[in-house]
Amino acid sequence: MKKGLAKLTLALMAAGAIGTSAHAASTLVYCSEGSPEGFNPAFYTAGTTFDATSKNMFNRLVEFKLGTTETEPGLATSYDVSSDGLEYTFHLRKGVKFHSSKDFKPTRDFNADDVIFTFDRQGNKENPYHTVSGGSYEYFTGMGMDTLIKKIEKIDDYTVKFVLTKPEAPFIANLAMDFASIFSKEQADAYMKAGTPEKLDIDPVGTGPFQKVQYQKDSLIRYTAFKDYWKGKAKIDRLVFSITPDASVRYAKLKAGECDVMPYPNPADLKQMEADPNINLMSQEGLNVGYLAFNTQKKPFTDVRVRQALSLATDKSAIIDAVFQGAGKAAKNPIPPTMWSYNKNVVDYAYDPVKAKKLLAEAGYPDGFSTNIWAMPVQRPYNPNARRMAEIMQEDWSKIGVKAEIVSYEWGEYLNRSKKGEHDTVLLGWTGDNGDPDNFLYVLLGCDAVGGSNRAQWCNEEFNNLLLKAKQTSDKAERTKDYEEAQVVFKREAPWITIAHSVVYEPIRKEVKGYKIDPLGGHYFYNVSK
Amino acid sequence: MFQFIFRRLSLVIPTFIGITLLTFTLIRLIPGDPIEVMAGERGVSAERHAELSAQLGFDQPLYVQYFHYVTGVLQGDLGNSLITREPVMKEFLTLFPATIELAVCAAIFAILIGLPAGIFAAVKRGTVIDHSVMTFSLTGYSMPIFWWALLLMLVFSVNLGWTPVSGRIDVVYWIDDVTGFMLIDSLLSGEEGAFSSAVSHLILPSIVLGTIPMAVIARMTRSSMLEVLSEDYIRTARAKGIAPWRVIVIHALRNALIPVITVIGLQVGILLSGAILTETVFAWPGIGKWLIESIGRRDYPVVQGGILIVACIIIVVNLLVDITYGIVNPRIRHSR
Repeated sequence: MKKGLAKLTLALMAAGAIGTSAHAASTLVYCSEGSPEGFNPAFYTAGTTFDATSKNMFNRLVEFKLGTTETEPGLATSYDVSSDGLEYTFHLRKGVKFHSSKDFKPTRDFNADDVIFTFDRQGNKENPYHTVSGGSYEYFTGMGMDTLIKKIEKIDDYTVKFVLTKPEAPFIANLAMDFASIFSKEQADAYMKAGTPEKLDIDPVGTGPFQKVQYQKDSLIRYTAFKDYWKGKAKIDRLVFSITPDASVRYAKLKAGECDVMPYPNPADLKQMEADPNINLMSQEGLNVGYLAFNTQKKPFTDVRVRQALSLATDKSAIIDAVFQGAGKAAKNPIPPTMWSYNKNVVDYAYDPVKAKKLLAEAGYPDGFSTNIWAMPVQRPYNPNARRMAEIMQEDWSKIGVKAEIVSYEWGEYLNRSKKGEHDTVLLGWTGDNGDPDNFLYVLLGCDAVGGSNRAQWCNEEFNNLLLKAKQTSDKAERTKDYEEAQVVFKREAPWITIAHSVVYEPIRKEVKGYKIDPLGGHYFYNVSK
Repeated sequence: MFQFIFRRLSLVIPTFIGITLLTFTLIRLIPGDPIEVMAGERGVSAERHAELSAQLGFDQPLYVQYFHYVTGVLQGDLGNSLITREPVMKEFLTLFPATIELAVCAAIFAILIGLPAGIFAAVKRGTVIDHSVMTFSLTGYSMPIFWWALLLMLVFSVNLGWTPVSGRIDVVYWIDDVTGFMLIDSLLSGEEGAFSSAVSHLILPSIVLGTIPMAVIARMTRSSMLEVLSEDYIRTARAKGIAPWRVIVIHALRNALIPVITVIGLQVGILLSGAILTETVFAWPGIGKWLIESIGRRDYPVVQGGILIVACIIIVVNLLVDITYGIVNPRIRHSR
């Protein structure tokens, strides 16, 4: 009875509702997975925040060419590098306009002052804006920019020179990252004068293709296409981020036509999406790697034969099937195949328990040993289910007599303890920041990173020298050679079992044209039309 | 009456102190360091960690931190979120209207359906109607909300296309945030169709969120009505020849309502404290989702402040329920 009434009420109310899924012709709706943490990308490290800010509202001096990890000119039309690799001179684009907001109307075009303000704020503790809004610039310091940039000089209104403390080839790729998004100094000055500097981080103006109109926390963000955008106005007129945290609901909205593009689908829904005539399921290998790191400073993993034996004993194909449900590819190198300098010729350890057992006996462990596998408590793109992965490895290793106990901690605790090297072996992964191989190899395996993000606590002189050499030259061919060689050393020494690179899926409505998956994980809507 | 209210109010102070202490300690007892969680795989250096700790005040002894927190609260300052750096109070105020709107609609749904269903079942005791109402309400009571929400969504939004899937209003309407209540703002905007779009977005979440309270209210109404209906004065009233509907509505219902009001009060308190699952499924920007996310991120100020406000709301609702009792039943206010 009551249910009957409920249905009746529902039907009556629904009949009264109108036009629920009709969009204006040129509004694109992106069902994002969460709220941005804020609107100044320099403070944050989450992709969700970058999609809502840097990717669509801002520009950088150099930018990533859409769909690749290569850089192209952005707000700088070109740059020169001095022969010692210490000075980078940028020639800035003329006639670039900033957006306007409710309480700020720009009176001048983009120029060198804006570039200097953007970097000076983050690196110079004396800058009046440095401590505004908490003043923690995680990526700027994380990428070592605070120690790398010695000074920034204004040559003239449209020329800026960066002087570095040491030659660093990945510097250019760093400048294409989100934290390097250019802010308006004029707006900053206006707010400082008004005594409300923190407004710059809540309602900033950028030079990008879309300007923010309204943000309702946890609900939506509205943008309009910026008509004076220096590359020309975007093809759509309005862009809406409809914040929808649950993947099943995002899919329901996509089916109902309430959103046009959605990120991070449930792996279980992929088959159905593929069969849907209204949906175009796009996919690309992600710029990430999931790995198991041996603690190479702890016995028995100090012995390379033990590491090799466990690599041989692990059946990756079973993991790809069970954990990634097909949405992953076995990894043999620490960098993903979409990245330049990926060494195709490296031969991976094929699954071979017999050979593994022999190798283990040679190393003095004919009966195996006891150890642990740390499994992450959270789901990440490079590892959708660490617990399950650890269980499969535990089973594989037991066949050669290695008894592994699975250990897990709360996420923050997990990261902290593994940094200190409390583990025997630990599951973790990485998603690339700037498409430079250095951002994987040096960050995760360099000697400097031991006690930090180098979870294998592995410092190999031969490997590290190759990386240092590659850092110091801006000749890409030479760098490629060094990185390829480094990957051979890595495989031989086996500090990690490289497990998988996940495949990124993005279902979009059929009527959406021109959308491209960004290998760096961002979502750009400038080229999209409907 | 005033004395009664005053006595109830004086109990609020120790409750308040208890809540601040509890939320402050509990969130710090959960393992996990907010700075590490913020940094993720990338990690922070030990120096940077120390610098941030000092900046956020985590390097001070716990009792000092608690003292700062409580003095802040007394001055109306709940601190700033560690993630968004916005004042907790401001975040709460932007999200709370959405929660109220949903809670009120869900409560209306629950009462409009639950109360008559309970009365009906009591009057028709032992019949097929009674049994089916009770079966439905038991089903409703034990319904897993997440599943129920997705089911309704698939049927009514995806397959039939009657209601929108999620959100508060269709994206074609660009409504200014005036009051935060979408129903009111959409009317104020004067845009054609905006109000009905806002209403249509409320239907499914209200039904989902109202299902359990509806079942509880129906069952409570039924048992309370059954008790009252067997009283002597009802028999007398019937013997006097008063119309059956008058006996039920005027004579029986008023007395049966007291326990029902308690239940409604408690349910509304729960609804106002945010509906985590419903809000998550329907992407409803309310405080339930906000609190859950901040626990995951170890955003101490939001957890402390948010729970404190929610607790205050529940205290106020309970107080109102007590006062309503006094109005409905004078015996209660005199006996205390």
